[in-house]
Amino acid sequence: MLKIEGLTASVDGKAILKGIDLVVPDGEVHAIMGPNGSGKSTLSYVLAGRDGYEVTGGSAAFDGADLLAMEPEARAAAGLFLAFQYPVELPGVNNANFLRTALNAQRRARGEAELDAVQFLKLSRAEAKRLSMPDDMLKRNVNVGFSGGEKKRNEVLQMAILRPKLAILDETDSGLDIDALKIVADGVNALRGPATSALVITHYQRLLDYIVPDRVHVLAGGRIIRSGGPELALELEASGYASVVAEAA
Amino acid sequence: MSESATLETLNAVTATPYKWGFSTDIEMDMAPKGLTEDTIRLISARKEEPAWLLAWRLEAFAVWQKMEEPDWARVKHPPIDYQDLHYYAAPKKKAGPKSLDEVDPELLRTYEKLGIPLKERAILAGVEGADGEGDRPQVAMDAVFDSVSVATTFKATLAKAGVIFCPISEAVREHPNLVQKYLGSVVPQSDNFFAALNCAVFTDGSFVYIPPGVRCPMELSTYFRINARNTGQFERTLIIADAGSYVSYLEGCTAPQRDENQLHAAVVELIAHDDAQIKYSTVQNWYPGDAEGRGGIYNFVTKRGDCRGARSKISWTQVETGSAITWKYPSCVLRGDDSVGEFYSVAVTTNYQQADTGTKMIHIGRNTRSTIVSKGISAGHSNNTYRGQVKVMPKAHGARNHTQCDSLLIGSTCGAHTVPYIESRNPTAKLEHEATTSKIAEDQLFYCRQRGLSEEDAVGLIVNGFCKDVLKELPMEFAVEAQKLLAVSLEGSVG
Ligand SMILES: Nc1ncnc2c1ncn2[C@@H]1O[C@H](COP(=O)(O)OP(=O)(O)OP(=O)(O)O)[C@@H](O)[C@H]1O
Ligand SMILES: [Mg+2]
Repeated sequence: MLKIEGLTASVDGKAILKGIDLVVPDGEVHAIMGPNGSGKSTLSYVLAGRDGYEVTGGSAAFDGADLLAMEPEARAAAGLFLAFQYPVELPGVNNANFLRTALNAQRRARGEAELDAVQFLKLSRAEAKRLSMPDDMLKRNVNVGFSGGEKKRNEVLQMAILRPKLAILDETDSGLDIDALKIVADGVNALRGPATSALVITHYQRLLDYIVPDRVHVLAGGRIIRSGGPELALELEASGYASVVAEAA
Repeated sequence: MSESATLETLNAVTATPYKWGFSTDIEMDMAPKGLTEDTIRLISARKEEPAWLLAWRLEAFAVWQKMEEPDWARVKHPPIDYQDLHYYAAPKKKAGPKSLDEVDPELLRTYEKLGIPLKERAILAGVEGADGEGDRPQVAMDAVFDSVSVATTFKATLAKAGVIFCPISEAVREHPNLVQKYLGSVVPQSDNFFAALNCAVFTDGSFVYIPPGVRCPMELSTYFRINARNTGQFERTLIIADAGSYVSYLEGCTAPQRDENQLHAAVVELIAHDDAQIKYSTVQNWYPGDAEGRGGIYNFVTKRGDCRGARSKISWTQVETGSAITWKYPSCVLRGDDSVGEFYSVAVTTNYQQADTGTKMIHIGRNTRSTIVSKGISAGHSNNTYRGQVKVMPKAHGARNHTQCDSLLIGSTCGAHTVPYIESRNPTAKLEHEATTSKIAEDQLFYCRQRGLSEEDAVGLIVNGFCKDVLKELPMEFAVEAQKLLAVSLEGSVG
């Protein structure tokens, strides 16, 4: 699914990612943990193709294609989805209209038939219901006036409707109450399948009780300093990053 | 991409060449260049006008000669040589065609480029019987092809309701009393430089009269186009809604591309009597000039509505994307007690376009209310100014105004300016003014693109969201057209 080799990247001339190697096979869920400022969001932006995040070396292949050469919208159409750590507000833009435009743009790019308004309404209502989200979230303007938790849930709703092959969730669990956390986990678990993968960035082991990862990686100082099974998250929860970082140094 | 690269993309997007640039070759009957009393006599004679109108024109001309071009607007242009223009041009008269095959193919191609549906093309071209049963919502169109209305349609349906909708030159002949009573009663000859010029030389435009208690059975629409080389356009529109009546009028236009600046000085007068409502919507897309700012239409328009009767209401909605220079302040004089004035505007400027637009709300009657929603979008090297006046006269007890004025900047080389003039001479008046300026943020674009939208679609979506409060005031069909127009106008300008 995703194969990252020796990836280095800088922002405003400052090196942030200092050589990332990471392979996420089809059907696997990997968790990335790490101290604040270690480069987790930077990695997600680089993978999604954000302007200003300059790749200075290495490669990233997505289903064999050169991910780094693609425009952000082409990456989305190819099946890469990023749930933002800080979802962006779009004043005056209706959530349902935004999502339908996005979904149809992706479908067009993949040579699939577009959904008409009725088909989309059905799909979006069904997904909202499955995730126990109120219908009116679809009618409101994208993230405008949403609470922190609602914004995160809206990211999960978008993910459910867009059905990506690779979902990157950047701290989608932060700021969620316990019920919402389960909803987010359900959203990710519903996507799980032999041909889909997820990269879950989180600070809390708690989420990983619901989304059990195949692998856990520790990102510190722009490098992955340790990888392991789900038990690594428990270890971090118990002893913090300091010992892991010291060990790697 | 870095921020500067982003800006470049933005600029490339806004710098889309004018999509509807074309010029039609049709034989013209033209007056020689220049403006004298003789020119005015010639226009009046060609139009077979009564003596009072000629006298009225000549009065206006005398006033105009003593006036100076205003210079207070934030627009710059080389001096206009008013003697170097043709003041009259008319397509040569032909008998009405029997079918589309008989219509000048040039004209049909023009309509095709404008994206006018086939059926409407026939109607516009004046093909007999083309205005029968239609599968589209009914829209009556009075096509102004250059200065002479080539076709007026849906006349029968309108006549049944007692509605008069015709070229103003026809109204002068057929309904002289109405025209004489109302012409210049809202925008007098001496109102301003461009209005005075219009009074002297106007060649055509539309006339609408809705009788008491009648709800006009269809939207009224006019396609204005400027087509003759070096021909100034001086449209005159007069709309009267008698007591308790309602009318919605749509005005839209695109113009052929050309390299010389063209002057356009229209006057629109609206009169609403007791309990009457007039909704006037405009989508304006005249040639804005090339990427360096050469060419393009100079649009100096005087639009004013008079809420003459109690509880009357006039709404102006405009989407302005074209012209090199826009100088335009659709206004409402709230004379009747409890009358309501509204102004909803989207003005887009790109490249080197200049727009100085806004409104005036003059509160005279008691409990008069006005709403102003202005959305300015600037990109490239353009300048976009909102200039609005709210004036409350001493007798306007309980007057209310709410003004919302938002600017959206695309890139860092454009300008947005807000110039509100507020004058209240009645202590019971409540006036609110809110203004915001924002930019299309990089994170908004990235968010949209991450979901699969192209940069252009993302800009379109964000801009349409920004303009929503105005677009929702447009009649349905027009709103869709306007959304497309916004996207096309800003193509290439955002990154
Ligand atoms: N535009 C920028 N200019 C300079 N430094 C930046 C910029 N953007 C990010 N950084 C720096 O890059 C480093 C990595 O940031 P990043 O957001 O990727 O961290 P993170 O691992 O996601 O942290 P958190 O857990 O707090 O979300 C930080 O030190 C941050 O300050
Ligand atoms: Mg982060």
